[in-house]
Amino acid sequence: MCLAIPAEVIKLLADDMAIVSIDGVSKEVSVALIEEIAVGDYVILHVGHALAKIDPEEARETLDLLRQMGEAVAEVRP
Amino acid sequence: MKYADEFRDKELATGLARAIRAKADPARAYRFMEFCGGHTHAIARYGLEDMLPDNVRMIHGPGCPVCVLPAGRIDMATALAERAEVILCVYGDLMRVPGSRGSSLLKAKARGADVRMVYSTLDAIALAEQNPGREVVFFAIGFETTTPPTAVMIRAAEKKQLSNFTVFCNHVLTPPAMRAILDSDDTVEIDGFVGPAHVSTVIGTEPYAPFARDDGKPVVIAGFEPLDMMQAILMLIEQVNDGRHEVENQYRRAVTASGNQRAIREVAEIFELRDQFEWRGLGSIPASALKLRPAFAHLDAELRFAMSELVVADNPACECPAILRGLKKPVDCRLFGTACTPETPIGSCMVSSEGACAAHWTYGRFRDHQRRLAS
Repeated sequence: MCLAIPAEVIKLLADDMAIVSIDGVSKEVSVALIEEIAVGDYVILHVGHALAKIDPEEARETLDLLRQMGEAVAEVRP
Repeated sequence: MKYADEFRDKELATGLARAIRAKADPARAYRFMEFCGGHTHAIARYGLEDMLPDNVRMIHGPGCPVCVLPAGRIDMATALAERAEVILCVYGDLMRVPGSRGSSLLKAKARGADVRMVYSTLDAIALAEQNPGREVVFFAIGFETTTPPTAVMIRAAEKKQLSNFTVFCNHVLTPPAMRAILDSDDTVEIDGFVGPAHVSTVIGTEPYAPFARDDGKPVVIAGFEPLDMMQAILMLIEQVNDGRHEVENQYRRAVTASGNQRAIREVAEIFELRDQFEWRGLGSIPASALKLRPAFAHLDAELRFAMSELVVADNPACECPAILRGLKKPVDCRLFGTACTPETPIGSCMVSSEGACAAHWTYGRFRDHQRRLAS
């Protein structure tokens, strides 16, 4: 129930609704809980509602950090 | 970027596992509770425990909304569904949750009760519009993640002036449950918390500050992907090693300090705190659940149908209460895998895929078998 999935906004509709794509699967969802939403944004989707926008810059930084954490240990251990 | 596959990279996970082994002090134990059922599911699904050193133990917490819903509330919903005029709308996970004497909404549906599984709260609104001669009731459950969608539904019902629509509200709150775990006399020792992912997209990081400041417990909010979990565990180990106890946010791509302010405002306008609420496994916890404010009383199913509170004892052979508090593991329950399986659940932890028992049944028991063979 708490599992939620990233989805890309591909079309904005009336009444705070939008079409999102989940790996090519389209779904009509509510975006009433998001302050500012635009086509191309990625959102966390939960029970038919977008709960939060995903920050692409933060996602990239997290991945960079993950790589550094693993590599740092690889370097000190032959 | 898809924001999922990148965070499931095996090579990166191997690097993180190396980093965890390097940082974990072999002279001490690390006991971290993942509060959220989504994390419990991810740990089991990706075999993360196998990647951790033996002295780093994950303890499953009570953050699975289906698992903590007491049998009495299921019985109340079942009685509602059995009324001829009612269509009861539920999230799918709820259908098999055991009530008293082996009852469930699925069995009630088989007997003829009109129980409908919905994906979204807005599906319930559509059902109310399509069935003006029936009373449509939405069985609302869940933590702070599912409460805002219920709020959106209530706004829609108001806007459409639906007179045949009500909500049976069972929404609960994460911080009071964490408090109950820490204050309980018979809870395992915990060195830190993996904070929930999507609850935190709504409430932000600030509500966890008291656990770090007053209880001295590190909290790291983590995403649901395996690499998120591994990084959060590493961050917790570093906090313990440094003697720090802070709230850190690993899931920065979706969680901010102040959370989703629009969602918080909507929830605050529509809901208020209940004095007490009964939790499966944790007992009655004050100020831990929500009900509709008086301004929305006309949409409250408990008032419209004069529902009286039912408190039902759990099956005494079921260890769900101890498992929910981290005192026991699924395999410590004598019903696990015999009388109690996902197909025939006796306890709630076996119902939802996020429940500790269901996760271990689906993924963990095979590794148990492999380990037995190896030894």
